[in-house]
Amino acid sequence: MYRYDAIDRQFLQERVAQYRDQVRRFQSGELTADEFRPLRLQNGLYIQRHAPMLRIAVPYGQLNTEQLRKLAFVARTYDKGYGHFTTRHNMQFNWPKLEDTPDILAHLADVNLHSIQTSGNCIRNITTDHFSGVAADEVIDPRPLAEILRQWSTFHPEFAFLPRKFKIAISGTRQDRAVTWFHDIGLHLVEGKDGETGFRVLAGGGLGRTPIRGEVVREYLPWQHILTYCEAILRVYNRYGRRDNPFKARIKILVQALGMEEFSRQVEEEWAHLKDGPATLTQAEFDRVAAHFEPPAYETLPADDFSFEQHKHDDTAFAKWATRCVHAHKVPGYAAITLSLKKHGHNPGDITADQMDVVADLADRYSFGELRVSHEQNVILTDVKKSDLYTVWQTARAAGLATPNTGLLTSIICCPGGDLCDLANAKSTPIAKAIQARFDDLDYLFDLGEIDLNISGCMNACGHHHVGNIGILGVDRNEAEFYQVTLGGRQGNNAQLGKVIGPSFAAEEMPDVVDKIIQVFVAHRHADETFLDTLDRIGIAPFKDRVYEGRAHGASKKAERKVA
Amino acid sequence: MMARIIKNGDIVQDEWTTLQLAEGETPEAVALPAGRVIFPLPVWQARKADILARGESVGLLLESNERVEELAADLGQFTVIAVNFPKFVHGQGFSTASLLRQRYGYQGELRAVGDVVHDTLFYMKRVGFDAFALKEDKSAEYAVDKGFSVFSEGYQASTDRPVPYFRRRSA
Repeated sequence: MYRYDAIDRQFLQERVAQYRDQVRRFQSGELTADEFRPLRLQNGLYIQRHAPMLRIAVPYGQLNTEQLRKLAFVARTYDKGYGHFTTRHNMQFNWPKLEDTPDILAHLADVNLHSIQTSGNCIRNITTDHFSGVAADEVIDPRPLAEILRQWSTFHPEFAFLPRKFKIAISGTRQDRAVTWFHDIGLHLVEGKDGETGFRVLAGGGLGRTPIRGEVVREYLPWQHILTYCEAILRVYNRYGRRDNPFKARIKILVQALGMEEFSRQVEEEWAHLKDGPATLTQAEFDRVAAHFEPPAYETLPADDFSFEQHKHDDTAFAKWATRCVHAHKVPGYAAITLSLKKHGHNPGDITADQMDVVADLADRYSFGELRVSHEQNVILTDVKKSDLYTVWQTARAAGLATPNTGLLTSIICCPGGDLCDLANAKSTPIAKAIQARFDDLDYLFDLGEIDLNISGCMNACGHHHVGNIGILGVDRNEAEFYQVTLGGRQGNNAQLGKVIGPSFAAEEMPDVVDKIIQVFVAHRHADETFLDTLDRIGIAPFKDRVYEGRAHGASKKAERKVA
Repeated sequence: MMARIIKNGDIVQDEWTTLQLAEGETPEAVALPAGRVIFPLPVWQARKADILARGESVGLLLESNERVEELAADLGQFTVIAVNFPKFVHGQGFSTASLLRQRYGYQGELRAVGDVVHDTLFYMKRVGFDAFALKEDKSAEYAVDKGFSVFSEGYQASTDRPVPYFRRRSA
């Protein structure tokens, strides 16, 4: 992974000093609360329901074990012994004290971690595929360009105060695993006609209150131009994006207002001035950064490992885990694995300090000392020898990190919700836990196959509910917490938004509602169909009918009113 | 008493006044004061000849939504261009400054006015501002001492360093 040099480290030290000074001026009254707010947000500090929340950046999801151990240290020393991984690869601490945050950031800077631009109306952490560099379907490793974009976006003087937050995702695989269609800028690394590397550039996507799938701004952009092209997009957005209403301030609203053709024309016009200027990337810079992402020293191994096959044969629990949590790898004899943070009954994405230490030890011993955070809020070890998988599994299982539910119904993506978050309309984690409790039978979960269930506690959509096959959104109805259900959302190349099935439900109804949806799937499924296959074939109506059976809604409710 | 501004790293007396249209006054009819005056863009556009006929140095005020493109041909007329930040988090002015300096080659004083706070000075300097009318309750001394040197470098190409850091890295 990228190793920070003197200048990269100097920026982090200077950032800590700047932030420490801002906290001091806030505490002494030199900065008002209104003035301090945008400044602390650009360092990931929210003032939450119970305490501040501090969001630490994990650039493009990659961590080394020294960094993870430092996060464990922070969790123990300044928090309640755990942290939470988010859908944008970040780690959140929910219980730090404001006055401790400069020291926390100083500790983190020692291992090249920071919270730069993890919130606020600026360019946020760049995200990518959690299997980048090892994925079997990878065309081009996105990490060098993700790192180049990280540096470019860090303290960009022109784009530090945008109309609204700005998220960039970059993907280099055949199957998109980075939700690129729902980012302000989505970048697909592709091979050009000449065999050169370039990007398909998307813009105007986003989830949140107004979910919109991004559109193509430019079909092919040679890689050398990525910084100038992003500058052109950002400049058009910074000048013409709305600032009068925060709900209408994302770039997606500007793109919708102008239409993609006009937006693209304006970007191209701006880019014509910047193209081939000094910000054009050089081969030397690409090579310098790419050298940090050279593959580790893999052993030459046979593709199949006998002991791995034997253990799967002998131990059905291991076999189940291998089915769900072991993933294909470019290099023969190796696998990538998911360490699930979706153990039933636990807050999705939460990881204790002790678990962090276990993961760090595993990564040091078995995966070249590095790990990834996935946008599905799990931890990934990317380079494990197949012959080590059984040992790794035993250790992970003992630490509660081997729930074999990745991709299944209970591997729920979920925001922290109303228990902690000040923005939330409703709690989210108790719903996740109640659904996990209802579907606690592993054989049944395996039989149901792949189903993404995503929960957000408000329309800001941190839990990506719009792209869950089953999406659950917490809403506030007359100051009570209710939950709206969508069906048919999906990630990937054919990313789509789910459709709302009808009126919302009370919290205690939710396990039944999901159960009924699953029953309809089971009743209608053809052999070898996934949940989405069946849903796409039979449509949403049978699900609605079952879920609202015996309840007055829609046409029947209207009829009822007429009668009354 | 004249206001103080920060210019090229020093605290100096501001020699300029800004024309403000009172209720009911129009750009077409407002009286043009003598001396070093910063005129709002609509006044400049309506009264260009009258303003130049005064025979004094001219200043221009750009609001955050006003486009540089529309006065590109006039830029040689201005000694000062003031860019207003209605709130310090409203960042259009950073693009305005970048365009003025980098695309249109404006060489005169480029002044940040409005909600100008300590914590945006570094970025403002990078995009090409060289004068700063700090918000009233903020310490100009502290700004001069600390505000412009928060970071010792910048990764990106910008007005103050047109060549990005990656092209200046020693191999």
